[in-house]
Order: sequence, then C-alpha cells, then structure tokens
Amino acid sequence: MRKELFAGLVLPPLTEASPGADDALLAALGPEFERATRRRLGRSLAIREVDAGSCNGCELEIHALGNAFYDLERFGIRFVASPRHADLLLVTGPVTRHMREALERTWTAVPAPKWVVAAGNCACDGGLFQESPACLGGVDAILKADLRIKGCPPRPVELLRGLLTLLEAAQR
Amino acid sequence: MPLTHLIADQYPVTTAPWPRFRVDRESWSRAAQTLASGEVSLVSLWAEPGQVHLALLDEAASPAEIAILSLACPEGHFPSVGAHHAPAIRLERTIRDLFGLEPAGAPDIRPWLDHGQGASYRFLGAEGPGLHQVPVGPVHAGIIEPGHFRFTVHGETVVRLEERLGYVHRGLEGLLAGAPLDRAIRLAGRASGDSTVAYALAFARAAEAALGIEAPARAASIRAVMAELERLANHLGDIGAIANDAAFALMLAHCGILRERVLRTADEVFGHRLMMDRIAIGGVATDLTGAGLRHIRALTTYVRRYFPGLVQLYDRTASLQDRTVGTGIAKPDLVRRFAAGGFIGRASCRAFDVRRALPYPPYDRLAFEMPVRGEGDVNARVWIRILEVEQSLALIDRILERLPDGPVATSLPAIDGTGREGVALVEGFRGDIFAWLSLDGEGRVARCHLRDPSWFQWPLLEAAIEGNILADFPLCNKSFNCSYAGHDL
Ligand code: SF4
Repeated sequence: MRKELFAGLVLPPLTEASPGADDALLAALGPEFERATRRRLGRSLAIREVDAGSCNGCELEIHALGNAFYDLERFGIRFVASPRHADLLLVTGPVTRHMREALERTWTAVPAPKWVVAAGNCACDGGLFQESPACLGGVDAILKADLRIKGCPPRPVELLRGLLTLLEAAQR
Repeated sequence: MPLTHLIADQYPVTTAPWPRFRVDRESWSRAAQTLASGEVSLVSLWAEPGQVHLALLDEAASPAEIAILSLACPEGHFPSVGAHHAPAIRLERTIRDLFGLEPAGAPDIRPWLDHGQGASYRFLGAEGPGLHQVPVGPVHAGIIEPGHFRFTVHGETVVRLEERLGYVHRGLEGLLAGAPLDRAIRLAGRASGDSTVAYALAFARAAEAALGIEAPARAASIRAVMAELERLANHLGDIGAIANDAAFALMLAHCGILRERVLRTADEVFGHRLMMDRIAIGGVATDLTGAGLRHIRALTTYVRRYFPGLVQLYDRTASLQDRTVGTGIAKPDLVRRFAAGGFIGRASCRAFDVRRALPYPPYDRLAFEMPVRGEGDVNARVWIRILEVEQSLALIDRILERLPDGPVATSLPAIDGTGREGVALVEGFRGDIFAWLSLDGEGRVARCHLRDPSWFQWPLLEAAIEGNILADFPLCNKSFNCSYAGHDL
C-alpha cells in the first residue's frame, strides 16, 4: 500500500485543465438564476442527484466526474446524500410514472433558492422514451429545468462544463 | 434428454437458432415440474397478448440446449410456473401487471413492475420481539438507480430484506413493439447503460437469426473486443467501488483511473465512451483502424502493468478482507436453482458462461479460462472479477492478433412479407442476457423480449444479506451490482 501512496507523491497529477464555461449554456440560463445564485452560491455547489428513470448510462458518467481525471471537488462542486443539503437537483432519465412522486418529494425537500439541471437527452426531453406511456417525457414535465445538458450520455467533460457554467453565472 | 422429452409431439414454430413449440397446458405444467426438479434451468418467462412463453436451458447437454414452449391462454390464465419453481415468481408478477394474464395458482400476485395507482403495497412481514423495519429508497443517498429496500432487523442483524423494484419501468418492450430495426436496436442498447454492448449484441444476434444472416468474421471479432472492453470497464469500476464501500477509498481512486482509461480508449477507437450504437444488425457501425488497434494494445499493456499492484493491495490489506471474507454468502444450492449467471453464479460453484456453453463467434474459436469459486461471499465475487479482468485482457489480445480482414457488415435481406423469429443468448458483464424477437412482414419488430441477468440475481441478494449486519449491505449490494434499469425495462 505504501508503494501506491508514495507513487501518488511523485507522479504528475492526472487532472485535466478546467473545461471553462459554455457560452451557449450560459446564454440559456435565465436572469432569474443569476439574481438568486449570487446570494446563495459562493464558489461551492452541493448537488443531489436523482435518477428518475435513466438507463444508468448517465449515472456512470456522473460517477466519472469524481475520478482523478475530472476531480470535481476541486471546483467546490460536491454530491451530497440528502436533498436538505443541496443547492440543486441533477436529474437523469425520462421521468417514469413511478419516479414522479419521488422526484417531487425530493425537490420539496431541497431548501430554496434551488435549481434543477437535466442531465442527458432523456432528462432534457424524454430522449428515445418520449412516446412511452410509462414515462412523462423529461424533467420539464414535473419541474422546470434551469439548465439542460444534452448527450446520451453527456461525456463527463460536458457535464463538468455545464456545472461550471452554473458557477460562473453565479459569480458574475 | 429432458428438453426433447418435454416437447415431444407438440407443434413447432420456426425460430432460429433454437426451436419453439406450441404446447398444451399439460406439457406446460410438466415443464414447470421439470424446472422444479432441477433437470433444466429457467432462461425466461414472458408474455405477449394472449400467450405466454417459457424458455428452458439444458445445461447438462453438450453442447447446452435451449427450447421455448408457448402456451395460448385465450381465457386469460395459464398454470403458474412460480408455484413449482420460485425463480419464475417475479416474472409472473410482471406478466400479470403488463399483460393481465393470470398465473393460476401463483404463490404471490402482488404488483411488480406496474405499481398501479394509489393501492398500498403489502411488504412481507417478519414478526418477533425486538424486530423493526428500516425502509430505504427509492431515492438513495448515493448516485445510484432507484429501488426500494425494506429491511427487517434485529439490532444490527438483517432478518429479512425485501426488494421492491419497478421504479425505472420505462415501457421499453412496449416501445420496441412496432419499431423499425434500426430504432429498436438503439432502444435495446439502452435497456441497461452499463451493458449497452451486450444488449445491442443480444438484439442483433436475435435479429440476425430471424433474418437468416450472419455478421462477417471481422465484425464478430470487433463485437467481441467491444464486449470485453465493456466487461473490463465494469469490473474495474466495481472492484474499486466494493473496496470503497469497505472504507478503502484508495482502491476506488486507482480503479477509477483504469476504468477511465478503458472508456477513453473506447471513445477514441469507437467514438463513444460506452460504445452505444456501435453494434448494428448484420455487423458493426465502426471499423477498427490501425490507430484504433494501437490504442487498444496500449490500453491492455497499461492495465496489465498497473492492475497486479492493485490486486496485491486488495489481497494484502487485512482490514479490507475482514469486511469481504464470509460476508453476503450466496449459497451454491440457491444459485443453481435460480440459474444465476455471471460472476454471482461463478463465485458460487455455477460454472456457466454463455461464451463457453453456447459459444457464438469468435468465442467458438478462442480458448480462455472460466474462473469458478465456491465460497459465494463478497470476496469470491471480487476474485472472480479480478480473474475475469485478466481473461478479458488476454481475450482482447488474442482477438486482435487474429483479426480477420474483410467487410464489417452484411446487408439485410429483402423483406418478403413473412414474419420471422429469432432468439439469442449472450454473456454480458453481469451474466447471460436473453433476447427473443419476432419480426412482422415489413421487417419491423412485432414483439421483443429482453431478459436481464438481474432477474435471477436480485432474489439471491435478499437471501445473501440474511444474518449479516445492516452496515454490510452496501458491500453485498455492490458485489452483486444488479441492474435496476435492465430489470425494470
Ligand atoms: S440519455 Fe442516454 S445514457 Fe442517459 S439515461 Fe437516457 S438513454 Fe441512458
């Protein structure tokens, strides 16, 4: 074990350069967001992730944000276990009928001001599951998304860019 | 020959490559009893409007054999298989939910996939002094899929766990019905995102069987490279995550790096990190270039160099072993009865791997070892995965060494107005994935059924956690890593 720990001291870091904010996404954020976030978010963002019917592909990539390459926490962004500790909900999946109530309840548990980010095509508009009677068709069917990150699934760097865009908007 | 004896003098239907027979209620019931006797294993049980199908596997035959029995149920009911053979119970509850067909005599008819409106769900009880219940989910504390777990505990010890799933039921089979093949394979590839290659492969192979075509040799090899990369990525990720659940974050960090390298290689070579939509009916969507070959070779070299150190770390850290050895034992007898596949089966004596038992190209030409252990605990499941990482690396190298030249796709035959059917069984990272589909006269999917390995693994998790402490549930759960999406469909 020591070997692994010592290697960590001498090896160069793996982390990628920060991808920077995305102008298109930035433009998509409403003025409402900017007003509220300035008060609330400093350089930190606490996220509660909710899988509302994903195929788990989006979850895999959200997980990857924590690995040594993306190291999400260096930006002050972290995933929290309870909605009570969260600033925003990161929602994946086409929102199934059976997840509707759980999503609503989780949202209610998040203290205001709060935001919703749709991650992945399914959460953006239902994706391939748009026509399914078992799905409601994206986060907007239940909550209004403040930001939509497209992709099936979005690559971690795209997710990171989206989240950094939020932080950027909050600081302007 | 249990299978032929079951289906003697019934009416065959054209299905490829394994036969399907229309049977009467007697043969159906006889099949249920044969399942209960352990002579054959359950592959799947599913329905379409007005009829039910039962796929059986004879593992003892060499090579193994599969047969499908179909029973028309014009009156809306069929003799319950679950009444004799427990692994069928959840599948029958699903059939009842989605098709309204009654399994007559079924021991459990509570809703399964379709939660219905308003009605409250009756969890199975456990009563006694000092027992209390701990409800968890569907929204969990981590970034995982939704499901509800109801633990009955005595102090710290779990007396009973009951799972309630169905939260991510997206109506996948409903969407598949009527879909043209190119849309259908994209949908199939999203049954469970972590197994997208395996699902697309199962779907493609079933469709190819129905159409009477075969992917060219080069395509078959590329498909296998993708499938092994998928296995590699998942095993690496899970080994790290299991160690992390035992508060050993160092392994997670290192395994996370290896997993990320696999995904980046997949992205560079095939244009998608999870390799979604790379398998097409009749072949693959992306050929392997010289640069691609070099990327993959560099990856296997890299993993070979770093992985052994991590294995040593796992093997020599007593505090880690303390949490994994003897924890969450899936008993071999139960595993055999449920015909649980993948590393869960192979960690509990069940030496079954589709790549071996019913090999499809290129595995029919490749020698590889199938690791098997008998302890059935978290540690055994970790070890099976460690050994499978090594096998996958070797397989990738060998496939690349003999990569055939030629086209990577074959064209689809003209649609001639007749319906066709096909079946396939492939080995995903978590076990055998079954696909059955029928095509209509226009070449669209009339019906498709996909069965995730998790159907026969989730129930074993309920059994494996019994008598363990609640705090060890994350470890047990992660070492199983059953799919919610693949199961809820
Ligand atoms: S967007 Fe794609 S990867 Fe994400 S949940 Fe939907 S199908 Fe899966």
